[in-house]
Amino acid sequence: MTFVAPPPAPARDPSDQTPSDHAQTDQPLTDRSGSDLTLSSDEVLRIRNDFPVLHQLVNGHPLAYLDSGATSQNPISVMEAEQEYYEQRNAAVHRGAHTLAFAATEVFEAARATVAAFVGAAENEIVWTSNATEGVNLVSYAFSNASLGLGGPAATRFRLGTGDEIVVTEMEHHSNLIPWQQLALRTGATLRFIPVRADGTLDMTAAGEILNPRTRLLAVTHASNVVGTINPIDDLVAMAHAVDALVFLDACQSAPHLALDLTALGVDFAVFSGHKMLGPTGIGVLYGKAELLAAMPPFLTGGSMITTVDMQGAEFLAPPQRFEAGTQRISQAIALASAVDYLSHTGMHRIRTREAELGRRLVEGVTAIPGVRLLGPGLGVERIGLAAVDVAGVHAHDVGQFLDEAGIAVRVGHHCAQPLHKKLGVTASTRASTYLYTTDDEVDRFLAVLAEVAPFFGVSR
Amino acid sequence: MTSSAMQQLYQQIILDHAKSANGAVAELAALDADAATAASAAGVRLAQSHQVNTTCGDEITVRVGLSGTGADARIDEFAWRGAGCSISMASASVLNDTVRGTTVAESEAMLDLFREMLRSRGTIEPDEEVLGDAAAFAGVSKYPARVKCAMLPWVAFEAALLQLAEPA
Repeated sequence: MTFVAPPPAPARDPSDQTPSDHAQTDQPLTDRSGSDLTLSSDEVLRIRNDFPVLHQLVNGHPLAYLDSGATSQNPISVMEAEQEYYEQRNAAVHRGAHTLAFAATEVFEAARATVAAFVGAAENEIVWTSNATEGVNLVSYAFSNASLGLGGPAATRFRLGTGDEIVVTEMEHHSNLIPWQQLALRTGATLRFIPVRADGTLDMTAAGEILNPRTRLLAVTHASNVVGTINPIDDLVAMAHAVDALVFLDACQSAPHLALDLTALGVDFAVFSGHKMLGPTGIGVLYGKAELLAAMPPFLTGGSMITTVDMQGAEFLAPPQRFEAGTQRISQAIALASAVDYLSHTGMHRIRTREAELGRRLVEGVTAIPGVRLLGPGLGVERIGLAAVDVAGVHAHDVGQFLDEAGIAVRVGHHCAQPLHKKLGVTASTRASTYLYTTDDEVDRFLAVLAEVAPFFGVSR
Repeated sequence: MTSSAMQQLYQQIILDHAKSANGAVAELAALDADAATAASAAGVRLAQSHQVNTTCGDEITVRVGLSGTGADARIDEFAWRGAGCSISMASASVLNDTVRGTTVAESEAMLDLFREMLRSRGTIEPDEEVLGDAAAFAGVSKYPARVKCAMLPWVAFEAALLQLAEPA
């Protein structure tokens, strides 16, 4: 039997009776939208037809899904890509001499190439992980292993000890904080942090003092999952590299929402997760500069990452395989590549512009409601399409319950950023976060119901 | 647009308790040897428990002081301090009103009733005569995600009592 590879992108027959023809055509979407700057409201409605989960009633109201910052929804094409893999090509990758194994390896590596191109990286700079958190741990444990002497002279760059400093920021998600806390504890290095100012932006003056020749690594988020700001990564990279420190970027909230070019940004490492960018759960991406990955000792070891093995030791494969021990997340990687195709097809610049509009709409709306405090900067500072708020006198959990009753899904709590909430003087907040399928009407519904919260709970109006 | 479902969940009794926060104190330092000794001199055995709801970060500390022993053991002191949603704060206030001054056996019976009602997913019609204001939390049982909020103070209370349990 000969394996015939179907065309890579649209898996469906265009003549199918499908809700939308989005992402099934070679016609750029710009030709239909009438504007190449943002997504028109008609286009957003067409996009929504590709997301079955959005079309349901919750508590008797149409679902307004405003929690994409936590996890995004999957278009049909992504689910089909995963199904198509299992129906037609499921096999072990990078081993076996049969046709199906070759086909599986081919689509798996093609997925890597797609994701690499999406973030301006080379294919050997993209390592698959289970999620972004695992990527942070992979690098922190590689540093640990180097500090124990593994990796030989090539790994000197990653060796930490007493007197060395790891710098994070006060706005990090716990996933980009705790692995570094633990690395400091394991190696004797000191953990320092760049403070956040009252308006939710990084204190760059302090950053200039904190980054010093003892700094070996700066771990920083590209965009905040709470205050929505986009950090000045160009400046931070220049400052960190000036003192010979490596830069680790948390791109979980940027890769889904803006055109990301990691090579141009100049960061040394980056992570992002598939499920926040229309992909499935169980897949994340670690980016590392080729020369750094080549010098770095592995974290997880075992099958699929070695060249030769004897009873006393092993030689490892070159990156990225060196960091991909065990059976890989093949279907998830393929589905993530399909998600990336969907995003690229729509246009990341247009998605960024559209979400900035939604972010502005949110900011204007929430700041007009008495007793509602916006966390982070107000108008005039670009944000990704999210806004976290504190409703005076009403706990976030109650706010979320009230919104849910109206079919509006938001995130409540500390959003895995307790230190930042503490800095901003609250224990929890309510966050609405948007994506390319979010309508103005959904934002307006959120704002209208949010305005009813304080009166219902009998506090200041 | 306020729906009846919301009014069922957030009954006026609950909203009132969330505001009045009966038994709440501004400070509740960790129980140290000095405090325990002083209480003991007055014939009161003190215990304290701190509980956190990891889903939302709500937290509460409950302090219990018992006088007497065996079947006569009575909740003589009760104080709490917490931060959280209206359900958990109201529940702490109701807990204060429910168990303060009761015997340990009575309070444990209330705790069992309260827990049973909350786990019933709306199937148990509470007896207001017995439960008093705590019956207002029946609506919470229809929201599994919120049951933890309502239980948080009671779990802290239970843990504090356990520390004072006498050997059988």
